Amino acid sequence: MKSFTYERANSPAEAAAAAARTPHAKFIAGGTNLLDLMKLEIETPSHLIDVNRLALNKVEPTPDGGLRLGALVRNTDLAADQRVRRDYGVLSRALLAGASGQLRNKGTTAGNLLQRTRCPYFYDTNQPCNKRQPGSGCAAIGGFSRQHAVIGASEACIATHPSDMAVAMRALDATVETIRPDGATRNIPISELHRLPGDTPEIETTLAQGELITAVTLPKPVGGKQIYRKVRDRASYAFALVSVAAIVQRDGSGRVALGGVAHKPWRVEAAEAALPRGARDTIAQLLVAAKPTRENAFKLTLAERTLAAVLTEARG
Amino acid sequence: MEKRSDFKFSRRDLLIVGAASLTAPAMAVTTAPFVAKAEVTLKPAVPGAPVMSKVSFNVNGKARELEVDTRTTLLDALRENLHFTGTKKGCDHGQCGACTVIVGGRRINSCLTLAVMHDGDSVTTIEGLGTPENMHPMQAAFVKHDGYQCGYCTPGQICSAVAVLDEIKAGIPSHVSADLTAPPQFSTAELRERMSGNICRCAAYSNIVDAVTEVAGSKA
Repeated sequence: MKSFTYERANSPAEAAAAAARTPHAKFIAGGTNLLDLMKLEIETPSHLIDVNRLALNKVEPTPDGGLRLGALVRNTDLAADQRVRRDYGVLSRALLAGASGQLRNKGTTAGNLLQRTRCPYFYDTNQPCNKRQPGSGCAAIGGFSRQHAVIGASEACIATHPSDMAVAMRALDATVETIRPDGATRNIPISELHRLPGDTPEIETTLAQGELITAVTLPKPVGGKQIYRKVRDRASYAFALVSVAAIVQRDGSGRVALGGVAHKPWRVEAAEAALPRGARDTIAQLLVAAKPTRENAFKLTLAERTLAAVLTEARG
Repeated sequence: MEKRSDFKFSRRDLLIVGAASLTAPAMAVTTAPFVAKAEVTLKPAVPGAPVMSKVSFNVNGKARELEVDTRTTLLDALRENLHFTGTKKGCDHGQCGACTVIVGGRRINSCLTLAVMHDGDSVTTIEGLGTPENMHPMQAAFVKHDGYQCGYCTPGQICSAVAVLDEIKAGIPSHVSADLTAPPQFSTAELRERMSGNICRCAAYSNIVDAVTEVAGSKA
């Protein structure tokens, strides 16, 4: 690990200002992904700003009947919150499907959103990777790509976003609240937080340098059957091959977002009109632009079958 | 020629001496009461040189003050600086759970957190749960049910298991809880899911389940 200086921030504005002031600074909250990458020298910040003391660890009601989830609420606490369990079950289920008990105790709302891909070529510093070292190439294209993206990928990168939580938040139309180094705050729809790789896979979000996530807000509950179904190589503690976050209403209408298939949670609102007609039509529209590799083409079938199982469960 | 009996070092002694000599500059271990600090660590004189920072926390009921390289993980601080070698380094990447300790009542991977991030915290390691003479019920149950083979993952398994029972008691649901809105109940399925962050390469899983189940039952 490269050496770094360290400070504890006392307010979100102070943290953002410190990040803008110090070149190569990073925020650290749970640290479970960042430290893993720092040990491998994939991340090499020269300064860490510890945000754990900031008062961003509460789940609070919003004036319009929704919930405001503090950036530092631990994944365990968010999944266990009674309001989340009752009104946003898909979020609780997605959180519980991710990582291990130890990691959920450390991981935070904002950190979970900003975790980086688990593409094995991103992790292997002996391999080219445009995300790790822009311009070096992509070893996953033509390599072992069973776990990789089937849609929205580019010639530069076919990595997936690994979060389960973010997929549920996408289905819930969450909004990300931030503060910038100049003190300005803004709200980013979660659909606009994560980027597709394009020519710059190293730029993963639309956050500016030093911009700090302070909360994620959920609109008022939409009811329905809320299901998160994750398919993976082990029964527990593994990343998704495919996951489905769904909210299905009594009349068969609803929302669906997919995990494990793209560089961001994958949702196409227009495809949801097909939900009452079933999984085949919905997935056909949702993944119409899919360009799988020979090794991950199975994800298209798996996504359809997983959604079919979810819709059956929703009717039950 | 030396006789074999002249060697009086145990493997553990040698490991401790080795660790101490490696980390001598970072060995300012005292037992002063801790004071919360929020200082910015000074810039290194030479770019890339180690940056030292003070941190105070409580380990197994005793206040500790350390000056460590900012890169020091909680795991390395416990093992190398404080010599709580019960906590094990397995993968050092949060995948195996051998380094599990309990901080502020929560189990975490001590390999994926920095010592300096724990100023003012209370840490419980396997040494803080019980002693060979006065074992924690979970330790006694692991012995009784032979919940290990090589033993390397065992301190992490036991710390994790103790915290799992607390998590169920606190009503925290899991991936296998059938009803999200109801308080979770202990079951083998719940235990296996909740312990999935602790790997045992000897595959003592069924005996671990027996041990934890006995402790869970005796609490009910």
